[in-house]
Amino acid sequence: MKRIFKWAIGKSPWVFHLGASACNNCDIEILDTLTPKHDIERFGLILAGSPRHADILIVSGIVNRQSLPRFQRVYEQTPNPKLVVAVGVCACSGDMFRDSYNFVKPVDEIIPVDVYVPGCPPKPEAIIAGILKAMEKWKQL
Amino acid sequence: MFNETTKNLIYFLIAPGLAFTALIGLLSTWFDRKLSARLQWRKGPPWFQPFADIIKLMGKEVIVPEGGAKEVFLSAPLVALTAVTLVSTMLWMFNLNPQVGFVGDLIVVLYLLTVPSLALIVGGSASRNPLSALGASREMKLILAYELPFLLATFTVIMKAGTLVMGNIVGYQAGHGMIMNSASGFIALLVTILVVQAKLGYPPFDIAEAEQEIMAGPLLEYSGAPLGIFRLSKAMLLFVLPVFVITLYLGGINLSSWTGGLWLLLKYLILLLVVILIKNTNPRLRIDQAVRFFWGPVMGAAIVGIILALIGW
Repeated sequence: MKRIFKWAIGKSPWVFHLGASACNNCDIEILDTLTPKHDIERFGLILAGSPRHADILIVSGIVNRQSLPRFQRVYEQTPNPKLVVAVGVCACSGDMFRDSYNFVKPVDEIIPVDVYVPGCPPKPEAIIAGILKAMEKWKQL
Repeated sequence: MFNETTKNLIYFLIAPGLAFTALIGLLSTWFDRKLSARLQWRKGPPWFQPFADIIKLMGKEVIVPEGGAKEVFLSAPLVALTAVTLVSTMLWMFNLNPQVGFVGDLIVVLYLLTVPSLALIVGGSASRNPLSALGASREMKLILAYELPFLLATFTVIMKAGTLVMGNIVGYQAGHGMIMNSASGFIALLVTILVVQAKLGYPPFDIAEAEQEIMAGPLLEYSGAPLGIFRLSKAMLLFVLPVFVITLYLGGINLSSWTGGLWLLLKYLILLLVVILIKNTNPRLRIDQAVRFFWGPVMGAAIVGIILALIGW
Protein backbone atom coordinates (compact mmCIF):
# COMPACT_ATOMS: atom_id res chain seq x y z
CA MET A 1 0.00 0.00 0.00
CA LYS A 2 2.76 2.38 1.01
CA ARG A 3 4.74 1.55 -2.11
CA ILE A 4 1.78 2.34 -4.35
CA PHE A 5 1.32 5.69 -2.64
CA LYS A 6 5.02 6.44 -2.97
CA TRP A 7 4.87 5.68 -6.68
CA ALA A 8 1.75 7.82 -7.10
CA ILE A 9 3.06 10.88 -5.27
CA GLY A 10 6.29 10.71 -7.24
CA LYS A 11 4.26 10.85 -10.44
CA SER A 12 1.83 13.61 -9.55
CA PRO A 13 3.36 16.48 -7.60
CA TRP A 14 1.02 19.48 -7.56
CA VAL A 15 2.67 22.80 -6.89
CA PHE A 16 1.34 25.88 -5.17
CA HIS A 17 3.06 29.17 -5.78
CA LEU A 18 3.57 30.86 -2.43
CA GLY A 19 4.72 34.40 -3.10
CA ALA A 20 6.11 36.07 0.01
CA SER A 21 6.46 39.65 -1.20
CA ALA A 22 8.78 38.95 -4.10
CA CYS A 23 9.77 41.62 -6.61
CA ASN A 24 7.84 39.62 -9.29
CA ASN A 25 11.00 38.67 -11.11
CA CYS A 26 11.00 35.11 -9.76
CA ASP A 27 7.20 34.98 -10.09
CA ILE A 28 7.47 35.67 -13.79
CA GLU A 29 10.09 32.94 -14.18
CA ILE A 30 7.83 30.52 -12.25
CA LEU A 31 4.96 31.35 -14.61
CA ASP A 32 7.40 30.82 -17.46
CA THR A 33 8.07 27.34 -16.08
CA LEU A 34 4.36 26.55 -16.41
CA THR A 35 4.10 27.51 -20.08
CA PRO A 36 3.72 24.89 -22.84
CA LYS A 37 7.34 25.44 -23.88
CA HIS A 38 8.69 23.72 -20.78
CA ASP A 39 5.67 21.34 -20.50
CA ILE A 40 5.95 20.33 -16.85
CA GLU A 41 2.79 18.26 -17.20
CA ARG A 42 4.97 15.46 -18.61
CA PHE A 43 6.17 15.00 -15.00
CA GLY A 44 2.57 15.19 -13.79
CA LEU A 45 3.08 18.66 -12.36
CA ILE A 46 0.06 20.93 -12.17
CA LEU A 47 -0.30 24.40 -10.68
CA ALA A 48 -2.86 24.00 -7.88
CA GLY A 49 -5.18 26.90 -7.13
CA SER A 50 -5.35 26.22 -3.40
CA PRO A 51 -2.67 25.17 -0.87
CA ARG A 52 -5.06 22.40 0.25
CA HIS A 53 -4.52 20.64 -3.08
CA ALA A 54 -0.75 21.12 -3.19
CA ASP A 55 2.15 18.79 -2.51
CA ILE A 56 4.98 21.22 -3.16
CA LEU A 57 5.15 24.86 -2.11
CA ILE A 58 7.28 27.09 -4.33
CA VAL A 59 8.38 30.06 -2.23
CA SER A 60 9.66 33.24 -3.80
CA GLY A 61 10.74 36.49 -2.15
CA ILE A 62 11.53 37.54 1.41
CA VAL A 63 9.12 37.22 4.34
CA ASN A 64 8.35 40.62 5.89
CA ARG A 65 6.59 41.50 9.12
CA GLN A 66 3.25 41.96 7.35
CA SER A 67 3.25 38.63 5.54
CA LEU A 68 4.82 36.44 8.26
CA PRO A 69 1.55 35.19 9.94
CA ARG A 70 -0.10 34.51 6.56
CA PHE A 71 3.02 32.77 5.35
CA GLN A 72 3.08 30.38 8.33
CA ARG A 73 -0.66 29.79 7.99
CA VAL A 74 -0.44 28.80 4.32
CA TYR A 75 2.31 26.35 5.22
CA GLU A 76 0.12 24.81 7.93
CA GLN A 77 -2.85 24.64 5.52
CA THR A 78 -0.96 22.36 3.15
CA PRO A 79 -1.71 18.69 3.81
CA ASN A 80 1.15 16.27 4.59
CA PRO A 81 3.40 15.00 3.03
CA LYS A 82 4.63 18.30 1.63
CA LEU A 83 7.86 19.80 0.30
CA VAL A 84 9.13 23.35 0.11
CA VAL A 85 11.28 24.66 -2.73
CA ALA A 86 12.81 28.11 -2.22
CA VAL A 87 13.14 29.83 -5.60
CA GLY A 88 15.41 32.83 -6.02
CA VAL A 89 18.22 34.13 -3.89
CA CYS A 90 15.80 36.21 -1.77
CA ALA A 91 13.95 33.13 -0.58
CA CYS A 92 17.23 31.28 -0.04
CA SER A 93 18.98 33.85 2.15
CA GLY A 94 17.38 37.28 2.04
CA ASP A 95 20.02 38.65 -0.31
CA MET A 96 20.09 42.45 -0.55
CA PHE A 97 17.05 42.84 1.72
CA ARG A 98 18.87 41.12 4.57
CA ASP A 99 19.50 44.37 6.48
CA SER A 100 16.16 45.93 5.63
CA TYR A 101 13.98 47.18 8.52
CA ASN A 102 11.05 44.89 7.75
CA PHE A 103 12.97 41.71 6.95
CA VAL A 104 12.08 39.07 9.55
CA LYS A 105 14.13 35.92 8.95
CA PRO A 106 15.28 33.84 5.99
CA VAL A 107 12.58 31.42 4.84
CA ASP A 108 14.40 28.33 6.13
CA GLU A 109 14.29 29.63 9.70
CA ILE A 110 10.49 29.94 9.52
CA ILE A 111 9.51 26.74 7.71
CA PRO A 112 11.66 23.73 6.71
CA VAL A 113 13.02 24.19 3.19
CA ASP A 114 13.94 21.11 1.15
CA VAL A 115 15.68 22.52 -1.91
CA TYR A 116 17.22 25.93 -2.64
CA VAL A 117 17.22 27.25 -6.20
CA PRO A 118 19.43 30.37 -6.16
CA GLY A 119 19.47 32.97 -8.90
CA CYS A 120 18.03 36.41 -9.51
CA PRO A 121 15.88 35.06 -11.04
CA PRO A 122 16.73 31.38 -11.65
CA LYS A 123 16.08 29.95 -15.11
CA PRO A 124 12.91 27.85 -15.61
CA GLU A 125 15.12 24.81 -16.22
CA ALA A 126 16.74 25.35 -12.81
CA ILE A 127 13.31 25.56 -11.15
CA ILE A 128 12.20 22.30 -12.79
CA ALA A 129 15.46 20.63 -11.74
CA GLY A 130 14.97 21.90 -8.18
CA ILE A 131 11.41 20.52 -7.97
CA LEU A 132 12.50 17.13 -9.31
CA LYS A 133 15.43 17.10 -6.87
CA ALA A 134 13.09 17.83 -3.95
CA MET A 135 10.88 14.92 -4.97
CA GLU A 136 13.75 12.51 -4.32
CA LYS A 137 12.96 13.00 -0.64
CA TRP A 138 9.67 11.18 -1.17
CA LYS A 139 11.57 8.01 -2.06
CA GLN A 140 12.46 7.70 1.64
CA LEU A 141 8.88 8.16 2.87
CA MET B 1 -25.40 -19.19 -8.68
CA PHE B 2 -25.87 -15.69 -7.23
CA ASN B 3 -29.10 -14.43 -5.81
CA GLU B 4 -30.63 -11.18 -7.02
CA THR B 5 -29.01 -8.91 -4.41
CA THR B 6 -25.44 -10.08 -4.96
CA LYS B 7 -25.95 -9.80 -8.69
CA ASN B 8 -27.15 -6.21 -8.35
CA LEU B 9 -24.24 -5.43 -6.04
CA ILE B 10 -21.80 -6.77 -8.63
CA TYR B 11 -23.51 -4.70 -11.32
CA PHE B 12 -23.23 -1.63 -9.10
CA LEU B 13 -19.70 -2.05 -7.76
CA ILE B 14 -17.78 -3.71 -10.60
CA ALA B 15 -19.27 -3.64 -14.09
CA PRO B 16 -20.94 -1.57 -15.46
CA GLY B 17 -20.89 0.36 -12.19
CA LEU B 18 -18.10 1.78 -10.09
CA ALA B 19 -14.90 -0.02 -11.16
CA PHE B 20 -15.63 -0.08 -14.89
CA THR B 21 -16.86 3.51 -15.06
CA ALA B 22 -13.90 4.73 -12.99
CA LEU B 23 -11.45 2.95 -15.29
CA ILE B 24 -12.93 4.32 -18.51
CA GLY B 25 -13.56 7.73 -16.95
CA LEU B 26 -9.95 8.12 -15.82
CA LEU B 27 -8.67 6.97 -19.22
CA SER B 28 -10.97 9.56 -20.84
CA THR B 29 -9.50 12.21 -18.53
CA TRP B 30 -6.05 11.21 -19.75
CA PHE B 31 -7.27 11.40 -23.37
CA ASP B 32 -8.54 14.90 -22.61
CA ARG B 33 -5.28 16.03 -21.03
CA LYS B 34 -3.10 14.45 -23.70
CA LEU B 35 -5.14 15.94 -26.53
CA SER B 36 -5.10 19.36 -24.85
CA ALA B 37 -1.33 19.03 -24.55
CA ARG B 38 -0.95 18.13 -28.23
CA LEU B 39 -3.19 21.08 -29.18
CA GLN B 40 -0.76 23.31 -27.27
CA TRP B 41 2.17 21.73 -29.07
CA ARG B 42 3.61 19.91 -26.06
CA LYS B 43 4.11 16.32 -25.06
CA GLY B 44 1.59 15.88 -22.28
CA PRO B 45 1.27 13.46 -19.37
CA PRO B 46 1.74 9.66 -19.55
CA TRP B 47 -1.35 7.42 -19.68
CA PHE B 48 -1.31 6.54 -15.97
CA GLN B 49 -1.39 10.20 -14.89
CA PRO B 50 -5.06 10.37 -13.70
CA PHE B 51 -4.60 7.09 -11.77
CA ALA B 52 -1.50 8.44 -10.02
CA ASP B 53 -3.38 11.65 -9.15
CA ILE B 54 -6.31 9.78 -7.57
CA ILE B 55 -4.10 7.31 -5.65
CA LYS B 56 -1.97 10.15 -4.35
CA LEU B 57 -4.99 12.11 -3.18
CA MET B 58 -6.36 9.03 -1.40
CA GLY B 59 -3.15 8.76 0.62
CA LYS B 60 -2.80 12.41 1.62
CA GLU B 61 -3.80 14.08 4.84
CA VAL B 62 -7.46 15.11 5.13
CA ILE B 63 -8.00 18.55 6.62
CA VAL B 64 -11.45 19.70 7.72
CA PRO B 65 -11.54 23.50 7.97
CA GLU B 66 -12.14 24.99 11.37
CA GLY B 67 -15.81 25.84 11.87
CA GLY B 68 -16.98 23.87 8.84
CA ALA B 69 -19.85 21.38 9.01
CA LYS B 70 -17.71 18.25 9.26
CA GLU B 71 -20.24 15.52 8.42
CA VAL B 72 -21.74 17.35 5.45
CA PHE B 73 -18.30 18.41 4.23
CA LEU B 74 -17.01 14.85 4.20
CA SER B 75 -20.15 13.10 2.91
CA ALA B 76 -20.81 15.42 -0.06
CA PRO B 77 -18.17 13.73 -2.31
CA LEU B 78 -19.64 10.31 -1.52
CA VAL B 79 -23.08 11.51 -2.59
CA ALA B 80 -21.63 12.71 -5.90
CA LEU B 81 -19.81 9.41 -6.46
CA THR B 82 -22.89 7.30 -5.65
CA ALA B 83 -25.10 9.32 -7.98
CA VAL B 84 -22.69 9.04 -10.92
CA THR B 85 -22.20 5.30 -10.35
CA LEU B 86 -25.96 4.77 -10.17
CA VAL B 87 -26.55 6.66 -13.43
CA SER B 88 -23.85 4.65 -15.17
CA THR B 89 -25.25 1.32 -13.96
CA MET B 90 -28.78 2.29 -14.94
CA LEU B 91 -27.78 3.50 -18.42
CA TRP B 92 -25.92 0.29 -19.25
CA MET B 93 -28.65 -1.94 -17.84
CA PHE B 94 -31.39 -0.15 -19.81
CA ASN B 95 -29.33 -0.37 -22.98
CA LEU B 96 -28.24 -3.99 -22.72
CA ASN B 97 -31.51 -5.51 -21.56
CA PRO B 98 -34.38 -3.04 -22.09
CA GLN B 99 -36.95 -5.08 -20.16
CA VAL B 100 -35.49 -4.06 -16.77
CA GLY B 101 -36.61 -0.45 -17.31
CA PHE B 102 -39.61 1.10 -15.61
CA VAL B 103 -41.97 3.91 -16.57
CA GLY B 104 -40.23 7.24 -16.04
CA ASP B 105 -36.68 5.91 -15.65
CA LEU B 106 -35.53 8.72 -17.94
CA ILE B 107 -36.76 11.22 -15.33
CA VAL B 108 -34.83 9.40 -12.59
CA VAL B 109 -31.66 9.58 -14.69
CA LEU B 110 -32.22 13.29 -15.36
CA TYR B 111 -32.54 13.94 -11.63
CA LEU B 112 -29.50 11.83 -10.74
CA LEU B 113 -27.40 13.73 -13.28
CA THR B 114 -28.04 16.93 -11.29
CA VAL B 115 -26.90 15.36 -8.00
CA PRO B 116 -23.10 15.72 -8.55
CA SER B 117 -23.52 19.48 -9.02
CA LEU B 118 -25.76 19.65 -5.95
CA ALA B 119 -23.15 17.74 -3.92
CA LEU B 120 -20.55 20.27 -5.06
CA ILE B 121 -22.79 23.13 -3.88
CA VAL B 122 -23.48 21.48 -0.52
CA GLY B 123 -19.82 20.58 0.06
CA GLY B 124 -18.63 24.04 -0.93
CA SER B 125 -21.13 25.73 1.34
CA ALA B 126 -20.21 23.46 4.25
CA SER B 127 -16.55 24.44 4.13
CA ARG B 128 -16.99 27.93 5.65
CA ASN B 129 -14.87 29.66 3.08
CA PRO B 130 -16.19 32.79 1.34
CA LEU B 131 -14.63 31.85 -2.00
CA SER B 132 -16.17 28.38 -1.80
CA ALA B 133 -19.54 29.95 -1.08
CA LEU B 134 -19.08 32.20 -4.10
CA GLY B 135 -18.25 29.17 -6.24
CA ALA B 136 -21.28 27.32 -4.89
CA SER B 137 -23.54 30.25 -5.71
CA ARG B 138 -22.13 30.38 -9.25
CA GLU B 139 -22.70 26.64 -9.66
CA MET B 140 -26.29 27.14 -8.52
CA LYS B 141 -26.87 29.85 -11.14
CA LEU B 142 -25.28 27.64 -13.76
CA ILE B 143 -27.66 24.78 -12.91
CA LEU B 144 -30.60 27.17 -13.21
CA ALA B 145 -29.24 28.27 -16.57
CA TYR B 146 -28.62 24.90 -18.23
CA GLU B 147 -31.40 22.70 -16.79
CA LEU B 148 -34.14 24.43 -18.78
CA PRO B 149 -32.69 23.92 -22.30
CA PHE B 150 -31.53 20.45 -21.22
CA LEU B 151 -35.06 19.40 -20.27
CA LEU B 152 -36.50 20.97 -23.42
CA ALA B 153 -33.99 19.06 -25.58
CA THR B 154 -34.81 15.82 -23.77
CA PHE B 155 -38.48 16.63 -24.29
CA THR B 156 -37.87 16.57 -28.04
CA VAL B 157 -36.58 13.02 -27.74
CA ILE B 158 -39.54 11.98 -25.60
CA MET B 159 -41.94 13.42 -28.18
CA LYS B 160 -40.20 11.71 -31.08
CA ALA B 161 -40.05 8.32 -29.38
CA GLY B 162 -43.35 8.76 -27.56
CA THR B 163 -42.13 7.11 -24.39
CA LEU B 164 -40.52 7.85 -21.02
CA VAL B 165 -38.73 4.48 -20.82
CA MET B 166 -35.08 4.58 -21.90
CA GLY B 167 -35.17 1.00 -23.21
CA ASN B 168 -38.06 1.94 -25.51
CA ILE B 169 -36.20 5.03 -26.76
CA VAL B 170 -33.32 2.74 -27.76
CA GLY B 171 -35.83 0.34 -29.33
CA TYR B 172 -37.48 3.20 -31.26
CA GLN B 173 -34.10 4.22 -32.66
CA ALA B 174 -33.38 0.63 -33.70
CA GLY B 175 -36.61 0.68 -35.75
CA HIS B 176 -36.68 4.27 -37.08
CA GLY B 177 -32.99 5.23 -37.24
CA MET B 178 -31.13 7.50 -34.86
CA ILE B 179 -32.97 10.48 -33.39
CA MET B 180 -30.00 12.60 -34.51
CA ASN B 181 -30.98 11.99 -38.15
CA SER B 182 -34.09 14.15 -37.93
CA ALA B 183 -33.90 17.96 -37.98
CA SER B 184 -35.43 18.39 -34.52
CA GLY B 185 -33.26 15.62 -33.07
CA PHE B 186 -30.11 17.23 -34.47
CA ILE B 187 -30.92 20.60 -32.90
CA ALA B 188 -31.64 18.86 -29.58
CA LEU B 189 -28.29 17.04 -29.84
CA LEU B 190 -26.40 20.33 -30.31
CA VAL B 191 -28.20 21.83 -27.31
CA THR B 192 -27.40 18.75 -25.22
CA ILE B 193 -23.70 18.87 -26.12
CA LEU B 194 -23.51 22.47 -24.87
CA VAL B 195 -25.29 21.43 -21.66
CA VAL B 196 -22.88 18.50 -21.24
CA GLN B 197 -20.03 21.01 -21.42
CA ALA B 198 -21.61 22.98 -18.59
CA LYS B 199 -22.43 19.89 -16.54
CA LEU B 200 -18.79 18.79 -16.73
CA GLY B 201 -17.65 22.25 -15.65
CA TYR B 202 -15.35 22.59 -18.65
CA PRO B 203 -14.46 25.87 -20.32
CA PRO B 204 -16.25 28.05 -21.37
CA PHE B 205 -18.49 27.11 -18.43
CA ASP B 206 -15.89 26.42 -15.70
CA ILE B 207 -17.23 29.47 -13.93
CA ALA B 208 -17.76 27.72 -10.59
CA GLU B 209 -14.16 26.53 -10.35
CA ALA B 210 -12.49 29.51 -12.01
CA GLU B 211 -8.95 28.98 -10.77
CA GLN B 212 -7.73 32.48 -11.58
CA GLU B 213 -10.58 34.25 -9.79
CA ILE B 214 -11.80 32.13 -6.89
CA MET B 215 -8.94 29.60 -6.72
CA ALA B 216 -10.89 26.34 -7.01
CA GLY B 217 -14.40 27.39 -6.02
CA PRO B 218 -16.32 24.78 -4.00
CA LEU B 219 -13.29 22.46 -4.02
CA LEU B 220 -11.07 25.09 -2.41
CA GLU B 221 -11.02 23.64 1.11
CA TYR B 222 -11.00 19.99 0.08
CA SER B 223 -7.80 18.00 0.49
CA GLY B 224 -6.80 14.35 0.36
CA ALA B 225 -9.41 11.61 -0.10
CA PRO B 226 -12.58 13.79 -0.40
CA LEU B 227 -10.92 15.81 -3.14
CA GLY B 228 -9.88 12.57 -4.83
CA ILE B 229 -13.45 11.29 -4.73
CA PHE B 230 -14.78 14.54 -6.21
CA ARG B 231 -12.21 14.35 -9.00
CA LEU B 232 -13.03 10.69 -9.58
CA SER B 233 -16.75 11.39 -9.84
CA LYS B 234 -16.01 14.20 -12.29
CA ALA B 235 -13.86 11.87 -14.38
CA MET B 236 -16.67 9.30 -14.33
CA LEU B 237 -19.10 11.99 -15.44
CA LEU B 238 -16.90 12.48 -18.50
CA PHE B 239 -17.81 8.89 -19.42
CA VAL B 240 -21.41 8.83 -18.23
CA LEU B 241 -22.66 11.98 -19.96
CA PRO B 242 -21.50 10.94 -23.48
CA VAL B 243 -23.09 7.51 -22.89
CA PHE B 244 -26.30 9.32 -21.95
CA VAL B 245 -26.11 11.35 -25.18
CA ILE B 246 -25.42 8.18 -27.19
CA THR B 247 -28.43 6.47 -25.61
CA LEU B 248 -30.82 9.32 -26.36
CA TYR B 249 -29.59 10.59 -29.71
CA LEU B 250 -27.10 8.23 -31.35
CA GLY B 251 -28.94 4.92 -31.33
CA GLY B 252 -27.95 3.55 -27.94
CA ILE B 253 -25.55 0.75 -27.08
CA ASN B 254 -25.75 -2.53 -28.94
CA LEU B 255 -23.07 -5.07 -28.03
CA SER B 256 -24.62 -8.10 -29.76
CA SER B 257 -21.91 -8.05 -32.45
CA TRP B 258 -18.38 -6.68 -32.53
CA THR B 259 -19.33 -3.96 -35.01
CA GLY B 260 -21.74 -2.66 -32.36
CA GLY B 261 -18.90 -2.29 -29.89
CA LEU B 262 -16.77 -0.57 -32.51
CA TRP B 263 -19.60 1.85 -33.35
CA LEU B 264 -20.03 2.61 -29.65
CA LEU B 265 -16.31 3.36 -29.29
CA LEU B 266 -16.37 5.57 -32.39
CA LYS B 267 -19.42 7.53 -31.24
CA TYR B 268 -17.93 7.94 -27.77
CA LEU B 269 -14.57 9.16 -29.08
CA ILE B 270 -16.23 11.65 -31.44
CA LEU B 271 -18.36 13.08 -28.62
CA LEU B 272 -15.26 13.29 -26.40
CA LEU B 273 -13.35 15.02 -29.19
CA VAL B 274 -16.09 17.63 -29.62
CA VAL B 275 -16.15 18.32 -25.87
CA ILE B 276 -12.34 18.65 -25.72
CA LEU B 277 -12.19 20.90 -28.78
CA ILE B 278 -14.83 23.23 -27.32
CA LYS B 279 -12.87 23.19 -24.07
CA ASN B 280 -9.60 24.15 -25.69
CA THR B 281 -10.83 26.87 -28.03
CA ASN B 282 -13.01 28.96 -25.75
CA PRO B 283 -12.25 31.42 -22.96
CA ARG B 284 -14.30 31.39 -19.78
CA LEU B 285 -17.59 33.28 -19.76
CA ARG B 286 -18.83 35.38 -16.89
CA ILE B 287 -21.75 33.88 -14.98
CA ASP B 288 -24.23 36.46 -16.31
CA GLN B 289 -23.04 35.79 -19.87
CA ALA B 290 -23.51 32.05 -19.34
CA VAL B 291 -27.05 32.48 -18.01
CA ARG B 292 -27.90 34.80 -20.89
CA PHE B 293 -26.38 32.32 -23.35
CA PHE B 294 -28.38 29.35 -22.05
CA TRP B 295 -31.65 31.22 -21.59
CA GLY B 296 -31.31 33.07 -24.88
CA PRO B 297 -29.94 31.35 -28.01
CA VAL B 298 -29.71 27.83 -26.57
CA MET B 299 -33.25 27.80 -25.25
CA GLY B 300 -34.46 29.37 -28.48
CA ALA B 301 -32.83 26.53 -30.40
CA ALA B 302 -34.39 23.97 -28.06
CA ILE B 303 -37.86 25.49 -28.60
CA VAL B 304 -37.33 25.45 -32.38
CA GLY B 305 -36.44 21.75 -31.97
CA ILE B 306 -39.69 21.09 -30.12
CA ILE B 307 -41.75 22.93 -32.76
CA LEU B 308 -40.02 20.91 -35.53
CA ALA B 309 -40.77 17.72 -33.60
CA LEU B 310 -44.45 18.76 -33.36
CA ILE B 311 -44.59 19.23 -37.13
CA GLY B 312 -43.05 15.80 -37.44
CA TRP B 313 -39.60 16.63 -38.88
